[in-house]
Amino acid sequence: MDARASPAVAETKAVAPLGLAVVPESHAIDLSPLGRRRWQNFKANRRGYWSFWLFTVLFVVSLFANFIASDQPFLVQYDGKYYFPALVTYPETAFGGDFETAADYRDPYLQKLIAEKGGYMLWPAIRYSYDTYNRDLPTPAPSKPTWLLTEEQCRPVAEKYGGHACRDLESNWLGTDDQGRDVLARLIYGFRISVLFGLSLTLISSVVGVAAGAVQGYFGGWTDLLFQRFIEIWGSLPELYLLLIISSVLVPGFFVLLGILLLFSWLSLVGFVRAEFLRGRNLEYIQAARALGVSNVVIMFRHLLPNAMVATITFLPFILSSSVTTLTALDFLGLGLPPGSPSLGELLAQAKSNLQAPWLGLTGFFTVAIMLSLLIFVGEAVRDAFDPRKTFG
Amino acid sequence: MTEVDSATAPLLDIRDLSVAFAQGTREVLAVDRISFDIRKGETVALVGESGSGKSATALSVMKLLPYPAARHPSGSILFKGTDLLRLKESEIREVRGANITIIFQEPMTSLNPLHTVERQITEVLLLHRRAANGSNRARVIELLSQVGIPDPAARLASYPHQLSGGQRQRVMIAMALANEPDLLIADEPTTALDVTVQAQILKLLKDLQSRLGMAMLFITHDLGIVRKIAERVCVMKEGRIVERGEVERVFTRPEHPYTRELIAAEPKPDPAPPNPAAPVILATGDLKVWFPIRRGVLRRTVGHIKAVDGINIEIRKGETLGVVGESGSGKTTLGLAVLRLISSQGPIVFMGQHLQGLRFKQMRPFRRDMQIVFQDPYGSLSPRMSVSDIIEEGLWVHHPKMPLAERTQRVIQALNDVGLSADSRFRYPHEFSGGQRQRIAVARAIVLEPTFLVLDEPTSALDMLIQSQIVDLLRALQKRRDLTYLFISHDLRVVAALASRLVVMRHGKVVEEGAAADLFARPQTAYTRALFAAAFNLETEGDGAVAQ
Repeated sequence: MDARASPAVAETKAVAPLGLAVVPESHAIDLSPLGRRRWQNFKANRRGYWSFWLFTVLFVVSLFANFIASDQPFLVQYDGKYYFPALVTYPETAFGGDFETAADYRDPYLQKLIAEKGGYMLWPAIRYSYDTYNRDLPTPAPSKPTWLLTEEQCRPVAEKYGGHACRDLESNWLGTDDQGRDVLARLIYGFRISVLFGLSLTLISSVVGVAAGAVQGYFGGWTDLLFQRFIEIWGSLPELYLLLIISSVLVPGFFVLLGILLLFSWLSLVGFVRAEFLRGRNLEYIQAARALGVSNVVIMFRHLLPNAMVATITFLPFILSSSVTTLTALDFLGLGLPPGSPSLGELLAQAKSNLQAPWLGLTGFFTVAIMLSLLIFVGEAVRDAFDPRKTFG
Repeated sequence: MTEVDSATAPLLDIRDLSVAFAQGTREVLAVDRISFDIRKGETVALVGESGSGKSATALSVMKLLPYPAARHPSGSILFKGTDLLRLKESEIREVRGANITIIFQEPMTSLNPLHTVERQITEVLLLHRRAANGSNRARVIELLSQVGIPDPAARLASYPHQLSGGQRQRVMIAMALANEPDLLIADEPTTALDVTVQAQILKLLKDLQSRLGMAMLFITHDLGIVRKIAERVCVMKEGRIVERGEVERVFTRPEHPYTRELIAAEPKPDPAPPNPAAPVILATGDLKVWFPIRRGVLRRTVGHIKAVDGINIEIRKGETLGVVGESGSGKTTLGLAVLRLISSQGPIVFMGQHLQGLRFKQMRPFRRDMQIVFQDPYGSLSPRMSVSDIIEEGLWVHHPKMPLAERTQRVIQALNDVGLSADSRFRYPHEFSGGQRQRIAVARAIVLEPTFLVLDEPTSALDMLIQSQIVDLLRALQKRRDLTYLFISHDLRVVAALASRLVVMRHGKVVEEGAAADLFARPQTAYTRALFAAAFNLETEGDGAVAQ
């Protein structure tokens, strides 16, 4: 659409009346010139560009949460043999224990058994998973970050493990929540689940929304009329109450929540896509495709969808951030993911009921604020990149 | 300024003017050291193809270029002795709209859609004359009657959308004349208009100029207009003036090869002869396309817009049927209807088969034999597909099992047929000029080896030189592949070059039809005569017969 926007492309030379000439360039098929210009524009927005990379790194890192924060070591060497507890579940008896149950590697007894046979364990950076209860807290839960504790508070627990001071304890970098679970571990898992949830919701609702908008816009007439009325009625349902009712009937889990939120989130893109298709279906190259006998489905996919994708992609980061916010809000209200799941909303809810433990609130606040800011910055950069008027900017 | 002065010194004296545009890090020179002058009361035409720097020159006189992206590396523009390029923004505003005014090409977008005619014109008056409100209305009515708007007092409260294209351009002219300028710049003022309306506007401009004694800088790509309206002409090419002189001299004894090329560019009439013995390819019987007008809550149909109202046409193999008429006469609708791209009533018989009532899938085999080329080469190619994808598309539909090598061979063959190199298939439409794009559109249509082509104003959006190239191309293709054309155009010179038979349409009905040669020689109806006079001689004839 951008190339067409320049009113007069030179007939013989690359000089048009208002200097809007398009200079012919030959290139391989890799990235179209339009795509390249958009990538340049995206990079030109430094804030958005760095936000994009920072967010990507954070997300990729959180995908490997199991190797960063876990109550199981990567590797155990015991009696000359190697074990991989992160991948395989071993019974306690494998390490000379008494029970057939899964080994608890945080148990001092088991640790002692392994040490006696000259074995060792390789631990991740954080020795807690999101659902690991720290039973030996120096203070009642929620417990302060370890580096804020006084030596006096640390000593009883440290002595139990044969140490003296706070540095001999396993660190809870951001403290624990009111059930004695490590906040940092929960944060990493919570971030992961939020972003994954947001991405799935965004992706599925975009697909549904684009498809609905495409059908309406392309066929127009009665299809459009009826569909629009349906959307108006559907959109005017009180979304939040419906969510509350449904989530009290169904047992909320990741996929149930995804389904419920999907009922409404697909609406956001329909309007844009419909408008693009309505505009596009009368373009001459669509007429030309029809004259060639190209079928409706192919016209929609090959010719019209690329036009609508600009509007869609521009909105994706914003839809993603609103999906994350919705999940956080539901968790905060206690209507979201089942109890025990790591979630930012639940962290915030705990912070509200434990005002004496500001590390909960501060952690929750900064995580959500930074995550959403990054997404919004990325969204702004994407919007710039697809802005046809930013040609020479 | 004394009498002696104005007789000798030119009103506008452009010396050594250059215009450069910054594009990213590079700079493109759009106008390269041109010099010309305009004397009081004189019309000077700037002609050249698009991209030759005509409009950039005109806009620099008004200082309307997108500064600072644009700049003037050299030159001066002396208007009554002052250099406009050295004036400050506030000073140039005094000149704009008062001493120098401009009319743009596109009357649809040059007027503010939310302002009435009165408000648009009054604004210009108030800006420069600061007159009292009472006298303004009288002046507006006077201006409107000057530009030939019928019943001007009643038109004061009209909005632009209530006016026709020609009337809008008249309002634009009224605005330009409001402050009695010394110089009127007309930047392709008739390009977007119908031929008949174009003739009226040209006549109006000529009348007004001699009555008001203003000078005019007329920018156009149409040599016919230059000959009609200007005293002197400057021919521009690639930012330079290659030839200048009195119009008569330039047309009779052109010196520069480019000028000779331009003058020779008029499409030569050499249509395929009508052949009554050839089989009928396409015939319609009383074809109708009526769009219902619905009113009220229940959307009752209260009437119809009869875009095509009972048309019988018959096209024989190897001939070209030209369809002419003003805009809104239903030409394009007819073309779309015979291809069944919009719904219609009445039989359509294509190569002995009834097309009416066939479903999408049943239509598909016929689509291979009937193709269309559209008017706008910028809109008719998907900007996101490479040329090879665009041309291949039809092959995918009709020969889904064709092997890759053969497919590529067909694409290259089609590109060669339209005069493009095989390498161009890897490029995207925006890398091509308008004429080249139109060639790609033709290649897309002929790659399926159709027998019948609808050409919907295929040359209207193109420059003169390119127009005649496309006409030559179409003619050569017709000979080589024995194609049958339905040629729709309002440009009668192009139609004359191609059509064996002619149908003249007005308000959805056929006014006149017959062999092209006969019809051009002896038009029967007033409407056809007026159409021909406007197209060939740029003259108005039989005012009542055509649109205003």
